[in-house]
Amino acid sequence: MSTVTTARAPAARLPRLAFDPKWLIIGACVLVTVYLGIVPLGFLLWQSFFTPQSAAKAAEFTFGNYRQAYASAETWVLFWNSVKFATGTAILAFIIGTLLAWMNERTNTPFKALFFALSLIPLVIPGILFTVSWILLGSPKIGLINLALQKLFSTDAVFVNVYSMWGMIWVDALHYSPMAFLLMTAAFRAMDPALEESAVMSGASVGQVVYRVTLPLVWPAIFATLLILFVRAIESFEVPALLGLPVGIQVFTSAIYQAVHRYPSQVGLAAAYAVTLLLITTLGVYFQSRLSSRGNKYATMTGKGFRPRQIDLGGWRYVAVAVFLLYFFFIVVLPFAVLLWSSFQRFYSVPSLEAIQRMTLDPYRTILSYPSLWRSVWNSLALALGCATIIMLVTSVICWIVVKTRLPGRWLLDNIASLPMVFPGIVLGLSIMILYLYVPIGVYGTIWILLIAYVTRFLPYGLRYNTTSMLQIHKELEESAAMSGASWATTFRRIILPLLKPGLVAGWIYIMIVSIRELSSSILLYSPGNEVLSILIWELWENGQYVELSALGVMFIIALFVLVMLAQWVGSKFGIKES
Amino acid sequence: MLSVSGLCTEYVGEHGQTIRAAHEVSFEVPQGKLFTLLGPSGCGKTTTLRSIAGLERPRSGEITVGGATIYSSMKNIFIPPNRRGLGMVFQSYAIWPHMTVFENAAFPLQVGKKSLPRQRIRERVLRVLKVVSLDEMAEREATKLSGGQQQRLALARALVMEPPLLLLDEPLSNLDAKLRERMRFELKRLQRELGITTVYVTHDQSEALALSHSIAVMNAGRIEQLGSPREIYERPHNQFVADFIGTTNFIQGTVRAAGNGFYRIESEVGELKVSGVDPLQAGARVTISVRPEDIRLSEARPEGGNVLQGTVQTKVFLGESVDFEVKVASRTLLSRAHPSLGTRVGHPIHLSLDPEKCVALKEE
Repeated sequence: MSTVTTARAPAARLPRLAFDPKWLIIGACVLVTVYLGIVPLGFLLWQSFFTPQSAAKAAEFTFGNYRQAYASAETWVLFWNSVKFATGTAILAFIIGTLLAWMNERTNTPFKALFFALSLIPLVIPGILFTVSWILLGSPKIGLINLALQKLFSTDAVFVNVYSMWGMIWVDALHYSPMAFLLMTAAFRAMDPALEESAVMSGASVGQVVYRVTLPLVWPAIFATLLILFVRAIESFEVPALLGLPVGIQVFTSAIYQAVHRYPSQVGLAAAYAVTLLLITTLGVYFQSRLSSRGNKYATMTGKGFRPRQIDLGGWRYVAVAVFLLYFFFIVVLPFAVLLWSSFQRFYSVPSLEAIQRMTLDPYRTILSYPSLWRSVWNSLALALGCATIIMLVTSVICWIVVKTRLPGRWLLDNIASLPMVFPGIVLGLSIMILYLYVPIGVYGTIWILLIAYVTRFLPYGLRYNTTSMLQIHKELEESAAMSGASWATTFRRIILPLLKPGLVAGWIYIMIVSIRELSSSILLYSPGNEVLSILIWELWENGQYVELSALGVMFIIALFVLVMLAQWVGSKFGIKES
Repeated sequence: MLSVSGLCTEYVGEHGQTIRAAHEVSFEVPQGKLFTLLGPSGCGKTTTLRSIAGLERPRSGEITVGGATIYSSMKNIFIPPNRRGLGMVFQSYAIWPHMTVFENAAFPLQVGKKSLPRQRIRERVLRVLKVVSLDEMAEREATKLSGGQQQRLALARALVMEPPLLLLDEPLSNLDAKLRERMRFELKRLQRELGITTVYVTHDQSEALALSHSIAVMNAGRIEQLGSPREIYERPHNQFVADFIGTTNFIQGTVRAAGNGFYRIESEVGELKVSGVDPLQAGARVTISVRPEDIRLSEARPEGGNVLQGTVQTKVFLGESVDFEVKVASRTLLSRAHPSLGTRVGHPIHLSLDPEKCVALKEE
């Protein structure tokens, strides 16, 4: 008898693994996140070292893809083009954005309310529509700007040509300038003017203040902004694909697209390009986050808003307003106007009295009865709703683990969930394509593969929105529920989720908006019957159906505008507290 | 009712180092009594309370409530907090902002394994809200309540389950001074009327003295002294307790002779007759603790022993009393006197120390 007890004693010391259903939910969320964040990357790397698998031949290990990618002189052209394009875009967008931010934050330029409308524009006008509208404006043959100037000076000379490196930089930089504006606004706001003022009080001249105080303080922010713009530009797909490819200017993203769409498709080569691109973006994001965290050390955020001294521009105010209005004209009025104009034409044509008389609603009729329109709308909506809901729920659990528990390895989970951030859309599309080509679980060629891609791509956004809200929930609110006898699941459902609501709703709408516009991942993953709206626009462009595209674009922009306004309204109503 | 024995709790700090928060903590709380864990921040009092609640998992020890073991490292028992059925009021009150007053108080009855009919829940919630006089505001948004009302709601929510044990984590620290004083009386009245066994955590010694049946003074994870408020105040066991509870003067000295409960001490201000807690040997180095209000001041030399002479150095008028700093030999002693005493700064004065109120503490 006594031997039995002694034999059992050590076993009793081990922690009893009482099964708690909460581990099911937590485990499932962690698995989903790790799977989505890691597995596609693994397959991408694997594929880049293997020959394509076919029924006749198994995949073989090879350096061929990299040899093909790097041995040819073309690749160096490709690399050089990418760097030129991304650097040019980053610098131009930075200059525009910084100028606007400085005007808004530190001068008495009138019409300031309009400045913040800028931050919404890139959400409302999808990249593909912005690019298309600039083709309609700046193409050498059909571009309105050229035609108008040619008429004015009665020549045949081509004034602007968007089908060029400079054209690509111009359009992409305009598209990313609102982002530069927001980042630099934050940098200007984070800087306490008292630091400059105390330098002035110490007897420093303006030049000395700028050189010895202002610049060292904002330098991390400037560099971080440039880096993030560089990463965004090198990732962008629409502009290089629509403007660069027709004239043979290739960058990494468009080269990946072409390698896949060539016949026979060279997935291995595409993967080799993708790995290179991924390396560049990872480095960029890494240094950017290092800089930002160092920037925070300098930032003098006191929480209380200080009203910096504003520079009185005097008569220059009107120049400033003119600059701003010109910018607004380029980024909103012209692109939307040209789409609106061509959406009322039977054939694409230059505005004239004659053309005004020919105005018609035909494009709208055609597009509304277009065979795949309603299916695309349905697909887009279903995908947007589904992925926004899944992301917000899964990340709420992930975020809870990261913020509220002391589980070992939670920082790793946080990083894995943020990993898709460094994936350019087309690289993510390629990785997921490879993964489900080789893992035949019936996902490839269905709409589910798009859902997986969207959930992966926008997971970091959900995490960010939820983290902001989660940090505001006091630990004791949860603990008091436990003391009241509530299980983990009940606490999560009745306490955590309702308290997360502001972040959940805001993030949910934001993800809806970005996933409806998604193109660069979808382009490699869609299949006939599973088109989404952005793919439909792409197809219309390829078919040369410009007026129908314009009609769809106008309706799309209006719908997105309504969604964005709704998001703004929800944001102000439930208010993510910024105290 | 509540018994804690040999409780050790550690946790992992920011940088991965192990922090020992409670060490060998043992105490008992009889049925219906209010027990206070008192100490400076970081002394382990909150950790001890959270270990009882089940929000913290101890390293070792045993905790039983009403005879039922809720934690035991020996028997490998750890009941999760949601199955312990204890009531707790948090420092921040933790009122759920997305619920009304009624919903907040009803929550404990709606969750877990209990399945009470709606009507029954309503009755019990309204009864407990009446006890804390919030029944008029049952349908109000919880966020619209004032600080004092939120505190009472938190209390109602903790009481609605009729728990065997109520845990209070610095419940008054977020209130302003006036309200705090009022709630102190309120809390005491409620606890005595309901006769609910309570563990109270605070760093405020006056709160502890006012509310408790017994107090454990904690420091660096250990209990320094356990006793009734009067014992703790009048017979501190060591310098830490004497210093932490109220203000006190410390005088260094050496024991000359011992006899019938009193000691003769050769101190830095002269020879003193004092009482002691621990038995002391002649020749032992001691520190005498004497509270400012136990040093009587007079201009004329009073009768009896333990009288010292000094010079007034500083005076601080506090309204109901005057604090005198008196220089005696090489030391400055603080004394609290009635405002009618008008001795000027720089003038001589006599100090008379009651031997009963001077406590000799062993040098640490």
